[in-house]
Amino acid sequence: MKIHEYQAKKLLAQYSVPVPKGDVARTPEEARKVAEKLGGQVVIKSQIHAGGRGNAGGIRKAKTTDEAEEIAKTLLGKKLITHQTGPEGLPVNAVLVEEIIKVERELYLSILLDTSAKLPLMIASEEGGMDIEEVAAKNPDKIVKEHINLVTGILPFQTRKLSYGMNLKLEQIRLAAGIMANIYNLFMEKDCSLVEINPLVVSTDGKLFALDAKVNIDDNALPYHEDISQLRDISQEEPLAVEASKIGVNYVKLNGNIGCMVNGAGLAMATMDFIKYEGGEPANFLDIGGGITQERVKNAFSILLSDANVKVVWVNIFGGIVRCDLVARGIIEAVKEKGMNIPPILLRMHGTNVEEAVQLVRESGVNIIFEPDFTQAVRKAVAIAKACEKEDL
Amino acid sequence: MILVNENTRLVVQGITGGEATFHTERCIEYGTEVVAGVTPGKGGIKWEGKIPVFNTVEKAVKETGANTSIIFVPAAFASDAIMEAADAGIKVIVCITEFIPALQEVKWHQYIRGKNCRIIGPNCPGIISPPAKCKVGIMPSYIFMPGNVGLISRSGTLSYEFTYQLTKQGIGQSTCVGLGGDPLPGSSFVDLLELFQADPETSAVTLIGEIGGTYEQDAAKFIKSTITKPVIAFVAGATAPPGRRMGHAGAIITGVASKASEKIKALETAGVTVVENPAEIGLAVKQALQAKKY
Repeated sequence: MKIHEYQAKKLLAQYSVPVPKGDVARTPEEARKVAEKLGGQVVIKSQIHAGGRGNAGGIRKAKTTDEAEEIAKTLLGKKLITHQTGPEGLPVNAVLVEEIIKVERELYLSILLDTSAKLPLMIASEEGGMDIEEVAAKNPDKIVKEHINLVTGILPFQTRKLSYGMNLKLEQIRLAAGIMANIYNLFMEKDCSLVEINPLVVSTDGKLFALDAKVNIDDNALPYHEDISQLRDISQEEPLAVEASKIGVNYVKLNGNIGCMVNGAGLAMATMDFIKYEGGEPANFLDIGGGITQERVKNAFSILLSDANVKVVWVNIFGGIVRCDLVARGIIEAVKEKGMNIPPILLRMHGTNVEEAVQLVRESGVNIIFEPDFTQAVRKAVAIAKACEKEDL
Repeated sequence: MILVNENTRLVVQGITGGEATFHTERCIEYGTEVVAGVTPGKGGIKWEGKIPVFNTVEKAVKETGANTSIIFVPAAFASDAIMEAADAGIKVIVCITEFIPALQEVKWHQYIRGKNCRIIGPNCPGIISPPAKCKVGIMPSYIFMPGNVGLISRSGTLSYEFTYQLTKQGIGQSTCVGLGGDPLPGSSFVDLLELFQADPETSAVTLIGEIGGTYEQDAAKFIKSTITKPVIAFVAGATAPPGRRMGHAGAIITGVASKASEKIKALETAGVTVVENPAEIGLAVKQALQAKKY
């Protein structure tokens, strides 16, 4: 789960990591009040779940409280489009109003889970303020990494190695070591998948601050952290994906016109890949998961149909745990509820209770094309989608 | 065959739960020797009137000689169950449970270091060895057929799809293993490729990868240096957008290396036949086996 910068900074502050003074504002008036408290000169940062805000005009400086209010007015309630948001952009419902730190140097510090070593990994670099993958590609020797053993936690010598890697002065190393120990604790205690401070800055008076911060939380751990779960902002998520998450279904919207409903993540991805391979464009990723009910299938199917781009639906089920007859019942129910004005449906099913499912579909009178062959099914779906596109033109 | 065979004596952790009961019955039906169950607090009863239930894995091992375990306990307790099985000397531990927090997985990874056990999963369909009629998992039995092709997959249903294709082509399987969709699986492609290479009953391996992590690249390096048997691969997620979790917790593009295209490139460089069309895995394996004969 992603959280906003202002939420990430509150968490960091809870763990004694120095962050600039500031507060979140949801109206221009609130922004003005925060700016007043901070003496007028502030930076106003759009709060969205994506990077690239600065280049997109989402981060601006104000010299006076009037200006702060004015900038907040132009940012709030609009959508911000950055290179990470896609063409639709993300809504700015809050801004972070912060004091301006006079920056001497920009550094990089993060902790994440290294899946190869199966240990937390702390990464530091003297090249802050840019994408760390870019630094890794151009200047790999400017990156220092340390694996952290869970029994010992981060060790003093490791904090020194990382600090020297960031070219810190002796008096700053003590500060940096504290920050490292604290973000390790945050990472472990709140089940983060990433804590990234980019940039970590050295101010002109020699102090360290987390100028920007990104904290991602492991979705699997959310049930154990009520405080963190409350930080979820569904305005930053695709509305259909939010609906899907309510019923425990994985849905990711894509830009194509062939809607797919599949059981299992791997088969769902392969289904999308196959559509593309045959010259079509998938409209979504939808994995109905394992322990499904007829109700869940029906709701998942309705979500899929509510994407107006969908010209044809391909249901691809390999029933193991999942019973094909249950899936068929759910689809029939959804189709009957939606009425006649729905795209053609192509059904490929194998496995548990498939004969019963086919029978149910036939008897329902609902117009569903049954095609058990993998290749034939995808080709039919692509052909229908292309024919519909032509009609639209 | 690897990992499970005629000598497998299975203990089911969490046997009294609904899903565990359903799948334990299916495993017994297939031919697996289930010798014990474990549910703390229910020690002394007999599951379905036939399998003894114990309070601890240690006791189950001592009383029944169980050497393999399958775990169905809820996510909050699954890491503990893995460590309990490892502590009791279980050699092959299959964890079906989904939604275990990644940092808990770090803990058991660290705990089992130096212990002589192999973990399959979590969040996986398990292991099946058709020639031995032994299933330690939740896969639909009827799609499998005894034979000489090994299969390793990160995804469950995709492994069913491909196994179905193999069986339709008349190609049987020695052992099929689901590694699971979590970011920190207990076993990797490399671990299982090593076992398949050493297994005289396996003549080729089907490898099913997906986006996220760099396990396929590790596999490619290992194949190049060590594996002499033909490997046929598919990598799912070529059309997945970056930064979005595609169902599996581990299936997310977080950087260049975790993309499908990078994985395919690495595997091809290692001499692996990578199939782009997911309907042609069965055919590709058939061709690879034929090419090997002549």
